[in-house]
Amino acid sequence: MATLLNNPTIRGYAFQIAFVLVLGWFVWDIIDNTARNLQKANIAAGYGFLDRTAGFGIVQKLVPYTEASSYGRALYVGLLNTLLVAGLGILFASILGFIVGVARLSPNWLVSRVATAYVEILRNIPLLLQLFFWYFAVLRAVPGMREKWTLFGVFHLNIGGLHIPKLVLGEGAWTVAAAVLIAVAIMVFLSRWGRARQNRTGRRPPIGLLNTVVLFGLPLIAFFAAGRPLYFDVPVFNETGPLLRRGFQPDAGMTIVPEFVGLLLALSLYTATYIAEVVRSGVQAVNRGQTEAAASLGLLPRQILRLVVLPQALRIIIPPLTNQYLNLTKNSSLAVAVAYPDLVSVGGTVLNQTGQAVEVVSIWMLFYLGLSFLTSAVMGYFNKRVALVER
Amino acid sequence: MNAQGQTFVSDAILPAQPPPRNSVGVVGWMRQNLFSTPLNSLMTIVLLVFVIWAVTPFIRFTLINATWSGSDRQACLQSTGACWAYVKAYLPQFIYGRYPIDQRWRVDTVFVMLVIGMIPMLIPRVPYKQLNVLYLLACFPVVAFILLTGGNHRYTGGLFLGGVMPPSPLRFALEYAIVSALLLFAAGLFARLSGKPVRGSGRTLGVVLGCIAIVLVLFGVDFGLVPVETANWGGLLVTLVVAITGMVASLPLGILLALGRRSEMPVVKLASTLFIEVWRGVPLITVLFMASVMLPLFLPEGVTFDKLLRALIGVALFEAAYMAETIRGGLQAIPRGQYEGAKALGLSYWQMMRMIVLPQSLRIVIPGIVGSFISLFKDTTLVIIIGLYDFLGQIQASANDAKWASPVTGLTGYIFAAMVFWAFCFSMSRYAAFTERRLDRGRR
Repeated sequence: MATLLNNPTIRGYAFQIAFVLVLGWFVWDIIDNTARNLQKANIAAGYGFLDRTAGFGIVQKLVPYTEASSYGRALYVGLLNTLLVAGLGILFASILGFIVGVARLSPNWLVSRVATAYVEILRNIPLLLQLFFWYFAVLRAVPGMREKWTLFGVFHLNIGGLHIPKLVLGEGAWTVAAAVLIAVAIMVFLSRWGRARQNRTGRRPPIGLLNTVVLFGLPLIAFFAAGRPLYFDVPVFNETGPLLRRGFQPDAGMTIVPEFVGLLLALSLYTATYIAEVVRSGVQAVNRGQTEAAASLGLLPRQILRLVVLPQALRIIIPPLTNQYLNLTKNSSLAVAVAYPDLVSVGGTVLNQTGQAVEVVSIWMLFYLGLSFLTSAVMGYFNKRVALVER
Repeated sequence: MNAQGQTFVSDAILPAQPPPRNSVGVVGWMRQNLFSTPLNSLMTIVLLVFVIWAVTPFIRFTLINATWSGSDRQACLQSTGACWAYVKAYLPQFIYGRYPIDQRWRVDTVFVMLVIGMIPMLIPRVPYKQLNVLYLLACFPVVAFILLTGGNHRYTGGLFLGGVMPPSPLRFALEYAIVSALLLFAAGLFARLSGKPVRGSGRTLGVVLGCIAIVLVLFGVDFGLVPVETANWGGLLVTLVVAITGMVASLPLGILLALGRRSEMPVVKLASTLFIEVWRGVPLITVLFMASVMLPLFLPEGVTFDKLLRALIGVALFEAAYMAETIRGGLQAIPRGQYEGAKALGLSYWQMMRMIVLPQSLRIVIPGIVGSFISLFKDTTLVIIIGLYDFLGQIQASANDAKWASPVTGLTGYIFAAMVFWAFCFSMSRYAAFTERRLDRGRR
């Protein structure tokens, strides 16, 4: 008996069986309690509520939605809003983060100090506080509905939100889109041809110049050939006229709700600090000898950056960078604090109206977990491709 | 070869020339660091203008135009600067929330006890670290709990003697005694069957059960303190309670999860990995929502947790998943030889972990732990969303108070909150950097 109990294999099995039993009992107890509590509260479990009429409005929607739409539709609108704010946030945070990260390494004292100050200040202040600051303190202090602030002549800000020109796709806009696609295809072909020629002859054709000409030229030709099908619908601001008709007209231009502006600002500025740190450490991790060797081969500084430092730095940067992208997406759920209708915010409303806590939370978790797993799968694939290939 | 009077090689060393004037001093420094190339000069000038443009209004708002004293909104109504008078008037609320005024000494005592425990802990040279940890992780939480809530908890029991006895502390004590006896008996039986000394394993379990009993008794004793509902807690108190409880609870849980994820038992490994990945994959807000709306559903009838406790459970579980990954990094950094050496000495799994692996790996991950504490500290602000009033929540609520409402009140509150949070987080991150350097030096 003693030898049996001291046998590590048997102990392992016994422990695992006990573990499963305890865990199973725990989970079963939770499920049992939940079922009983739901029954008591007269809430039917299941996703049937998704077809019922929602009855609440949503300020920003990318797909048609009215109060008569269903709960499922409302959640779908919220999901798209989450993706929109996360996508744009990732774009802006990356641009700013890369600039700040490189600026921190600048030989210019002022540039590196300002970048450091930016990172150290914004990183150490809670995101929610920054969101409150932008939304309640800044975007509420702007002029009222009958006035405006104008930036660069095209962006107008007032309490109703940010008013910007809307890009309208007129008849024949598809020719421009097709021209862009063709241009990209030609660019890929040109780059391949250029590289092959460089390998064969040692001379590099002016690919950069050719590519630029193709990228801008072709769509431009298509644009004029199709009779200028793309134009901007500029916001209209009435300063005179009947009092109720003053201010921005609802049918002209595009209005971005202040909730979205505030959330996007807070997310981008906050995440940019983390991205800057990721970029900085990635660039610093590239051995100094690499830069020096490249310089002694006669490469120009920008060639060193593009051909030697960046490819190596990216290998280090990209995994933590994706992590930051994921963090930004998760942080976009702070939308609920300023009532921007993202998935969590809309879900919260649905939850309050229907009491379907388990179902709504499961939808949230499914979305965010799905996103996490998708990202890590893509990352795994990417890592395999860029990882150092060693003998 | 040396013709007379003609020397080709100087036989005296030439005196050193002073460096060119524009390469030393302030001018030299500026040439080198600010104006080295035309592009650099341009950037310097543009950025300088930007900094002045950004910083001047801030200084003007917070210092020059600020209102420093006053008794109500009249003082700040016409002002274009920060309303510090409002912060001064509300400071007690920002710190204690709605904690009864005559009981605030209890909160102060807890703060002082925390500082007394933390300072020697943070200075590496101070000895008696083990006693210090014991104080911080065992003594302090118990005293803090009693002081803050008022203690005098009424136990009713009812786990399995529900049908036999009416609710009373006695029923709870009896149940505790029965459970303890069963556990001790099982441990003894197991030790006897596997041929180990019964005394050893029994004593450890006995000490643990005894300690829990003492703590439970202490919670039940009436110290004459007025009970304070957690609904009345607020401000910095809630922020610190959530952050510190989250931290203290997540550390052991995180260690267990990290060990579980590296375990060789597939079931344990799967469960730990699943737990960690699920909690890390979802935003804290959904976790808090879950804790506030789903946790009550999970509990049996009649058992209720108050809002703060629910938030604490959510935060602790969420943080544990992150802590587990931090600690796993430390476990992976320990060379295999340490594990193998420990096993060769005949140590059991837990002995190996307790005496060889964890002390080394936890030391490595101190910077990581401080880092995750910083993010936890920032994340505590999210409890606002489930209706708790932490430091930021208290400020947010007070800005709308009619007595002080003015165009600058909200902004002042946010700037104050930002400064406080920044001071906390920045000093912690400096501390993490300091330990990191110290560890690096030690390992070289």
